[in-house]
Amino acid sequence: MPPPSSTSSARGPQIRPVQIEARGWGWRHAGRHHHAVSGLDLRIEPGERVLLLGASGAGKSTLVHALAGVLGDAEDGDETGRLLIDGGRAAAARGRVGLVLQDPDSQVVLARVGDDVAFGCENLAVPRAEIWPRVRRALAEVGLNLPLDHPTSNLSGGQKQRLALAGVLAMQPGLLLLDEPTANLDPVGIIEVRDAVVRSLDHSGATFVVIEHRVEVWQDVVDRVIVLDPAGGVLADGPTRQILASQGDRLAQAGVWVPARPPRFPVRHAISNSQSLLRADGLAVGRVPFGRRVASVVAEGITLSVDAGTATVVTGPNGAGKSTLALTLAGLLKPAGGTLRASDSLADGIVAEPHRWRSRQLLTRIGTVFQDPEHQFLAATVRGDLTIGPHALGLSPAEQTSRVDELMHRLRLDHLADANPFTLSGGEKRRMSVATVLATRPRLLVLDEPTFGQDSRTWQELVSLLAELLDEGTAIVAVTHDAQFVSALADEEYRLGAPMSLGVAQP
Amino acid sequence: MTPSIRTSVVARLNPVAKLSVALIVSCALLLSIDWVSAGVALLLEAVLLVWCGLSARQFWLRTAPVWIAAPMASITTILYGEDSGAVLWQFGFISVTEGSAQLGLAIGLRVLAIGLPGIVLLATTDPTDLADGLAQVLRLPARFVLGGLAGLRLVGMFIDDWHSLGLARRARGVGDGGGLRGAARRFFGPAFSLLVISVRRGSKLATAMEARGFGSNEPRTWARPSHVRAADAALVAIGFAIAGIAIGVAVWAETWSFILA
Repeated sequence: MPPPSSTSSARGPQIRPVQIEARGWGWRHAGRHHHAVSGLDLRIEPGERVLLLGASGAGKSTLVHALAGVLGDAEDGDETGRLLIDGGRAAAARGRVGLVLQDPDSQVVLARVGDDVAFGCENLAVPRAEIWPRVRRALAEVGLNLPLDHPTSNLSGGQKQRLALAGVLAMQPGLLLLDEPTANLDPVGIIEVRDAVVRSLDHSGATFVVIEHRVEVWQDVVDRVIVLDPAGGVLADGPTRQILASQGDRLAQAGVWVPARPPRFPVRHAISNSQSLLRADGLAVGRVPFGRRVASVVAEGITLSVDAGTATVVTGPNGAGKSTLALTLAGLLKPAGGTLRASDSLADGIVAEPHRWRSRQLLTRIGTVFQDPEHQFLAATVRGDLTIGPHALGLSPAEQTSRVDELMHRLRLDHLADANPFTLSGGEKRRMSVATVLATRPRLLVLDEPTFGQDSRTWQELVSLLAELLDEGTAIVAVTHDAQFVSALADEEYRLGAPMSLGVAQP
Repeated sequence: MTPSIRTSVVARLNPVAKLSVALIVSCALLLSIDWVSAGVALLLEAVLLVWCGLSARQFWLRTAPVWIAAPMASITTILYGEDSGAVLWQFGFISVTEGSAQLGLAIGLRVLAIGLPGIVLLATTDPTDLADGLAQVLRLPARFVLGGLAGLRLVGMFIDDWHSLGLARRARGVGDGGGLRGAARRFFGPAFSLLVISVRRGSKLATAMEARGFGSNEPRTWARPSHVRAADAALVAIGFAIAGIAIGVAVWAETWSFILA
């Protein structure tokens, strides 16, 4: 048998997979009372493929960050026990471990595809002559067939995640870690990334640990599931099928998407003779690029009617203009062409074009839930933020308080009344962003990817809440990639076609 | 955010050489305020700008701020600058004299002579190449150079975030009204949110970079070599020549006035 060598053949590098061992390991982030992870004992053999599950707050990310050596030092937290990679300290295993994170946008380091993939190799002091062959091989492995000088800013979310994966693979790690790599991707992007991972693992034989709420994506790729216990240690550990069967209910309750236990769809009550609230005729939508004056149209020829008590979903591939359409329907962007008119019932005595309404006039008519909840937070506390809308409407202080209290209760935000919205968890932020809009009781609700990256519990709460609003006569327009959301709620589906422009300049 | 850069003689030069030229010419022109040195430098630069590789449209678009700033600075100085010599025109407390007119001309030419090559050299420089040059040629610390380069990429995202924050404020009922105080709140409110969001993005990017082995004190290699070639040395020599000729002609024409003298 030939000795393991660091030079690579044309087939791909020979990689020595990593062994992981935790002995009573724990970590407490600086400034926190509770341990993120405690009393963890486990062993992962070289070449194993593991799906790491657990309720939010069980410390999955902390463990994976520790394995990647990016958790920091004694200043950033207190470590107990030992976490070992190939028998040595995890923090010292630089270059043996590669980590891909959740957010596609904040992992791109450099402006050109080739340079970005080369970045990790440079940091590991790989000789220049060896870097470029590694870069080409890594890009081929993840299926990104782009020129090396292709700008990274033009990539889709799925492409960016594959780029991040290529950057890690080029470092030839013996352990590949993925922290919710597909949570922010559309269905096409999810499959792209999953397949790229499987291809590379089949080549390299590296040890593999993935955190993901959506079990379905990875269950056929991994051979072992480890469930972390929020109270410390391991809750369950074993072959994929066996653990999903024995722990399925518990996991589903904790918000994990277990395929055999899908969330329940709400019961809808049909609304009789629903009236039209908003009508688009040959509508063209677009944004005005930075420093320009004329909008560049992303979708046109849109004709649709939004009716009270009905849910209209807008679907279509990335770049088709779904979000731009939603923002236009919401009266936030000026139509680039065609007409968009509110019915007399919705306009209620003011002009018919929503984009001409004053900001305050929108409040009771159209509410918008943005894709990124952080964009809509305005105040330093949850309660303060929720009061802004009712206050702007000029409601009496007593009425303001009662509305806010009721909403906080309904959306399980009571215990967070004095917390800063920016410090909430992902699911709490989403509930909060919906609450801010509901506080002014708009008759039309526009939501941009409301279920993106949400765990199954938040998903179910959100969908039931929207169903209740529909039953009460509120109209809903939602942009979504989520097929389950469409089946659960949609009365009408408006599908936008392929992107009008691919963003590639003609020479 | 980064402009598309056409391959041209100037674009292929080492960014460090370009930066040096811009600095050499600027320093020379800042030593004196007279119209001859600035005029000569501008004339010599104009000959070189032909090879800059920018199309006419790109050139005028990029350099527009300088073309606006130069006459403005010039006129202001002519009208309000320190008076000396014969009075050419007077209206109230505005007076144009031979001295202030000359000073105005000198300042206008200076803004052009320093601004134009600076902008053109930057517009033909890829930020990644500049970082490679700063780290490999000038040996600036990699952490600092690459951190800055990665941060530059976030600027494009800030613009998108800012736009979304504005739309969100409109959606939440605080997008207009309130007079001056309202306008101030509409600027500072999102500015704070943008700060929070940017810091968060920055720290995520830092983690992603750290996960790829960045930030240790171990030596690193560079995938893209940054060399100083003969052409780069020639460019720096041209920079010195422009500076030298401009100063020489001004001294010969007896217009040179050393600002520290």
